[in-house]
Amino acid sequence: MWNYIKISGLGLIALLAAIAANYARDVPYMVHMIIVMLVAAGLFVWTVRRTDEPVGPAPTGYMDDVIRAGVIATAFWGVIGFLAGTFIAAQLAWPALNFEWAQGYANFGRLRPLHTSAVIFAFGGNALICTSFYIVQRTSAARLWGGNLAWFVFWGYQLFIVLAATGYLLGATQSKEYAEPEWYVDLWLTVVWVAYLLVFLGTLLKRKEPHIYVANWFFLSFIVTVAMLHIVNNLSVPVSIFGSRSVQLFAGVQDAMTQWWYGHNAVGFFLTAGFLGMMYYFVPKQAERPVFSYKLSIIHFWALIFLYIWAGPHHLHYTALPDWASTLGMVFSIILWMPSWGGMINGLMTLSGAWDKIRTDPIIRMMVVSIGFYGMSTFEGPMMSIRAVNSLSHYTDWTIGHVHSGALGWNGMITFGALYFLTPRLWNKSGLYSLSLVSWHFWLATIGIVLYAAAMWVTGIMEGLMWREVDAQGFLVNSFADTVAAKFPMYVVRMLGGVLFVAGGIIMCYNLWMTATRGPAKEQATPVMAPAE
Amino acid sequence: MDTYSLLREFADSWALLGLVIFFLGTIVWAFRPGSTRVYRDTANIVFRNDDGPLVDEGGAGGAALSEDDK
Repeated sequence: MWNYIKISGLGLIALLAAIAANYARDVPYMVHMIIVMLVAAGLFVWTVRRTDEPVGPAPTGYMDDVIRAGVIATAFWGVIGFLAGTFIAAQLAWPALNFEWAQGYANFGRLRPLHTSAVIFAFGGNALICTSFYIVQRTSAARLWGGNLAWFVFWGYQLFIVLAATGYLLGATQSKEYAEPEWYVDLWLTVVWVAYLLVFLGTLLKRKEPHIYVANWFFLSFIVTVAMLHIVNNLSVPVSIFGSRSVQLFAGVQDAMTQWWYGHNAVGFFLTAGFLGMMYYFVPKQAERPVFSYKLSIIHFWALIFLYIWAGPHHLHYTALPDWASTLGMVFSIILWMPSWGGMINGLMTLSGAWDKIRTDPIIRMMVVSIGFYGMSTFEGPMMSIRAVNSLSHYTDWTIGHVHSGALGWNGMITFGALYFLTPRLWNKSGLYSLSLVSWHFWLATIGIVLYAAAMWVTGIMEGLMWREVDAQGFLVNSFADTVAAKFPMYVVRMLGGVLFVAGGIIMCYNLWMTATRGPAKEQATPVMAPAE
Repeated sequence: MDTYSLLREFADSWALLGLVIFFLGTIVWAFRPGSTRVYRDTANIVFRNDDGPLVDEGGAGGAALSEDDK
């Protein structure tokens, strides 16, 4: 019966998408509707072929196939995102790489949101979804709730990524940083996200462990808060249901405040809370000791939740935003030092008594460096939010350096560690294909980040000082083009840092692939499929 | 009184007080008597149930705890 409902629904969606593509008012909308039509038609055929076939007994073990798909997607989108970033870094150093024949599609302005969304939402998002599915099952001792709903979340999220990425290249954007996708893509993500919340909550509700492990608290706050941020920041009215354009509900400074309330909490809950969930599971697992202080982890959680949500206005110093609001944001950003460093200490001290593992285990080394970068960027961020510091750092490359020490160092490294942890377990191997390749990846990525961050500090502070330099008469000394010319060497160094980071990512993909296909097999045949009694 | 002023007054009085009390309450809760023993068990959840879900057979919570003695 369920299959018949699905078939009629998919047929209807394919038909409506075909009609919408026909009436499309702009190219990106037409392309998107054709993609939707093809996906719905493909799923229609796939479902028809499986309808009224005999179904086997309901599977009982952990639902790991969707996590395997998530690991593959994370590694794939990661390399795509790093490549895009390295290419646009080269475009900034050598503008000739904005090829004439690709004007309007592959120039910096179009590729930049592609890069940011690919690394944050495609790489980071897939990492969060697959690790949260892995962790919530193990720490609840329960199979994922909702059957194939988890697969809907996975494929629905991939469709969101494809629609967002093609939209950027074709020019469909609502010009909100990290929230560029247009209204219908936003609506689709909302549907997928609600399904994600249901799968996660359903699994927690049928848990067999009496307590909810702290990692799940972080994941849950990430899912709930991102839903709230996404809906409020994307309140808009479409110009036509057959077009990709929309008009924001808020205007002026209200819109700016909403955007940075969203933007900063995307950092706080997507890139921090969710990844802290990973830290609180994978670091104890890999170190083989429980978290340093569970009490501290609870205080870390609540303090982070209570403080982060107020920090957004620090993105709007010296703007039309009232002073009291930006002061509020600045104060809360500085208070955030405490929970951030509490969490960092909690992660690092989990290794106490096992410090030798940093020398012997490259995966632990990756996790430790990641926590180190978490501490460093959560020190740098509050410092940059102080109004006087911000007057130097804002609009300069220092901000970009800060973002990348957080994203490459903290999010990237903890994800790499998680992927190296998960792959042998998910493909039933006793270990990784090569530990020395992990070491190679570690050093390439670390040196890459150091080159990147150092280049951006130099060029950021330099251009900040050049912009504000005035002569004895009070006239500005430098033109904007002077600062651009002065930045060239640092831009080349930044691009080289990116090349090293991409190289590390490609080595990781090779290593994970070889682990899954040719890794050392587990000794005894694991009784995963054996009946329990 | 317009909506903004009403909400504003509520936000910086009772809502603020409520949030602060809740936050301080979580800290007190984390350090409540007997929490150390409970949290020692909770922190070790990550080392249990690696291979498959717990199957319902008798007390659900009890099974989780007794399986830990390895």
